[in-house]
Amino acid sequence: MARFGMVIDTRRCVGCLDCVAACQAENDVPLGKLRDWVVTETIGVFPNLKLEIRSERCNHCDEPPCVPVCPTGASHVSSFGKTVQITYEDCIRCRRCIAACPYGARFIDPVRRSADKCTFCVHRVKEGKDPACVAVCPTKAMTFGDLDDPSSAVSKLLKERKSKVLKPEAGTKPRVFYLT
Amino acid sequence: MPGLSLANAAAPVGTAGRIEAIPTYCEMCFWRCGGIGYVRDGKLWKFEGNPLDPASRGRLCTRGTGAVGAHYDPDRLQKPLIRVGKRGEEQFKAVAWEEALDFMAERLQKVKAEYGAESIALFKHGIGVRFIEHVLKHYGVTNIAAPSYSQCRGPRDTGFTLTYGLGLGSPEPLDIANTKCLVLIGQHLGENMHNTQVQEFADAIGHGATVITVDPRFSVAASKSKYWLPIKPGTDTALLLAWMNVIVGDGLYDKPFVEKHGHGFDKFAAEIKAYTPEWAAKETDLDAALIRETAREMARHRPATLIHPGRRTTWYGNDAQRSRAIALLNALMGNWGRKGGFYMQSGMKIAPYPLPPYPKSEKEKADNPKGYPFADEGLATGIREATISAKPYPIKAWVVYSTNLVQCLPNDRETGEAIDKLDLLVAIDTHPSEIVGYADVVLPEANFLERLDELNVNWGKPGWTQLRQPVVKPPHDQQPGWWIAKRMAEKLGIPECMPFQDMDEYLRYRVEKSAYSYAQLKRDGVLIGKPAPIYVDDGAEISFDTPSGKIEFWSDPLKEAGFDPVPKHVAPEPGPKGAFRLLTGRAPMHTFGRTQTNPNLRALMPENEVWVNTRVAKDLGLENGKYVKLTNQDGVVSNRVKLRATERIRPDCVYMVHGFGHTSRMLKSAYRRGASTSQLLTRYNTDPLMGGTSVHTTFVTLAREA
Repeated sequence: MARFGMVIDTRRCVGCLDCVAACQAENDVPLGKLRDWVVTETIGVFPNLKLEIRSERCNHCDEPPCVPVCPTGASHVSSFGKTVQITYEDCIRCRRCIAACPYGARFIDPVRRSADKCTFCVHRVKEGKDPACVAVCPTKAMTFGDLDDPSSAVSKLLKERKSKVLKPEAGTKPRVFYLT
Repeated sequence: MPGLSLANAAAPVGTAGRIEAIPTYCEMCFWRCGGIGYVRDGKLWKFEGNPLDPASRGRLCTRGTGAVGAHYDPDRLQKPLIRVGKRGEEQFKAVAWEEALDFMAERLQKVKAEYGAESIALFKHGIGVRFIEHVLKHYGVTNIAAPSYSQCRGPRDTGFTLTYGLGLGSPEPLDIANTKCLVLIGQHLGENMHNTQVQEFADAIGHGATVITVDPRFSVAASKSKYWLPIKPGTDTALLLAWMNVIVGDGLYDKPFVEKHGHGFDKFAAEIKAYTPEWAAKETDLDAALIRETAREMARHRPATLIHPGRRTTWYGNDAQRSRAIALLNALMGNWGRKGGFYMQSGMKIAPYPLPPYPKSEKEKADNPKGYPFADEGLATGIREATISAKPYPIKAWVVYSTNLVQCLPNDRETGEAIDKLDLLVAIDTHPSEIVGYADVVLPEANFLERLDELNVNWGKPGWTQLRQPVVKPPHDQQPGWWIAKRMAEKLGIPECMPFQDMDEYLRYRVEKSAYSYAQLKRDGVLIGKPAPIYVDDGAEISFDTPSGKIEFWSDPLKEAGFDPVPKHVAPEPGPKGAFRLLTGRAPMHTFGRTQTNPNLRALMPENEVWVNTRVAKDLGLENGKYVKLTNQDGVVSNRVKLRATERIRPDCVYMVHGFGHTSRMLKSAYRRGASTSQLLTRYNTDPLMGGTSVHTTFVTLAREA
């Protein structure tokens, strides 16, 4: 069984927010809510500067803190790629998952009337396509695939390049990796 | 190919529905990427890149992806309008097309009868103007200008035409993907989303190319660079001359190439001897050793070194000479027709539809009253000047297609003065803008996702042809440009100039006459031409359409016209004490002032910010994230704008993204959001070679919002 993850090359990313726009349209995300977003960090003092630009989203953690706190089982780990998903009909909007997520990835979708977040676009992945954010990226900064398959593009990138995850101290074992 | 199996796309989780996928090409900006519009249950769902299209390569930029919002934008123009209040009060009544077209035609006829058709001017942007321009030309209109020349790419085109005999055009033939050293002078790729170039920029970064970025601001591109040169604004030509001084002085240039293809090299070499890195260091506020090091780095990678020629190059009013310096530095690299430099484009032969010829005018054009000798397109500011002065003859009507003259021309007071002279101002656009607010009659156009348009026949590697076809119907009473043009022709009594039933017939004729399949074009969205060699090493031929037939290191035409035959640096005029130079640029999710009401793109950037160096902000007692107002050297005060205190800019300048601070109330969701750079642009220099007008000649002070 696959274990899906994403590898994002901060060297290629220009922070254009195309990933955000694509997710919004693909997934009918209500304007004002975000399933993905971009963080730009400026490091240093003029003129000795560095930028780190990161496209962020749900990390589909191996140890997802949002799942055990859910009283109804709406927030769950799917058998499809071990992704973290939400069954909208079962969500009672208690917000415990929102509080538990160290990445701020979850919100209440007022239209779906449920907690919501990035799904890794599993509806596209099932058709053999990349998630919308990966497919649109003009700089090809994002790669999606099976972390358990050593021959996958994501595994190869993680082997070849230095990478990091967000908030490793939270112990969530995130599956969105950033190449630095 | 994914582009061909369009009917198989499935609905996302939780939605059912019938999906249609229709290829077309984008007009969110001028890059014209091929995309595929997806319609779910009859409603526009999303717009994705067409993998068959060489410009998008299956990936649209942020604005293209956000094009969905342009269709749904509640602020867009919905019905034809006729003005009822005073000009600029934005009081209109909605009318039927027949009434609006009659209103326009009667007044155009009156201007033509009294003054001649030359007294009608057309301002334009984008391919949608094709048939409106055609009908007006047939009517006798000769004064036609696009601000995209005199307010944007003009200096570059002129600088390269003077040097290579080629103005580069769009998309520019830059082999960025294969370059080993890319030099960006004020070009903020990544913030400036010229899609193909951004894609290739990332490829160049991916394979470890050296990037050298010259910018007073630590742009995103600068952050990807091995070398960032935080230059003093307005001194780029000094740096370019010093780079050439090192490269020629140290003998690092491509000598065989220059010997074979260069004209006047010795005189050029003698002249640039004076421009040492030490001299340039004082002008540019850069380190002389760094200037030397970067010059050598460029030479090390030649011919796969590319100094980006730029696009929006109207900065200081001496920009054609700076562009010429860029052209010459490239020539020293011997990169013309070489991998990683400028590739050689090939075209695609698509038959024209037989249309009657245009009448000849007895009058000279009025668009260049000052006679700038190297203007190779109409000057928008020239038409404005002629409208104000009524010289060489009165201009009494403006037809403005898809260009917001209030924001894109410098000094809006002059624009207002010119408008006051008009008997008729027609605006044709998809959405309101400040200029639309001044119009006497407004014709609402269907947007690009809702209309057929002229074919876009591109030069490229190889050439290709794109079809624009409707993905969805216009939501209100909007009509496509070709339909407006055809009705205009009828009303003006010249229906013979539009001798086809509809656009479909016109397009089918052109495609089938060229022995291509119209059905295939409709299905794929693109036709790809025959490949031809793009590199000299593969057999591509290079030639230079200049007086000498060579690359003009020394320009006799410039000398004869009384200009410097080799570019010289002109130090920028300093601003008032305590004021900061205002620099402007682009954001990846907006195009000019045209997208601020698009709900999808507004969600990504609802207003602009003014970037101020952290230390400067602290000294001024200004807080990050708080609103400030800018006052320019003439006392013009901006709308409020959020302060962004950042290390990413020099202390002597501030920066804002252009296109915000709208004053049109018709743009409800963008009204007074952020500040307008053009409102503050009251003083500008005009390029003596080609008439381009500067945008980086404003000085401002900042104060907390009262």
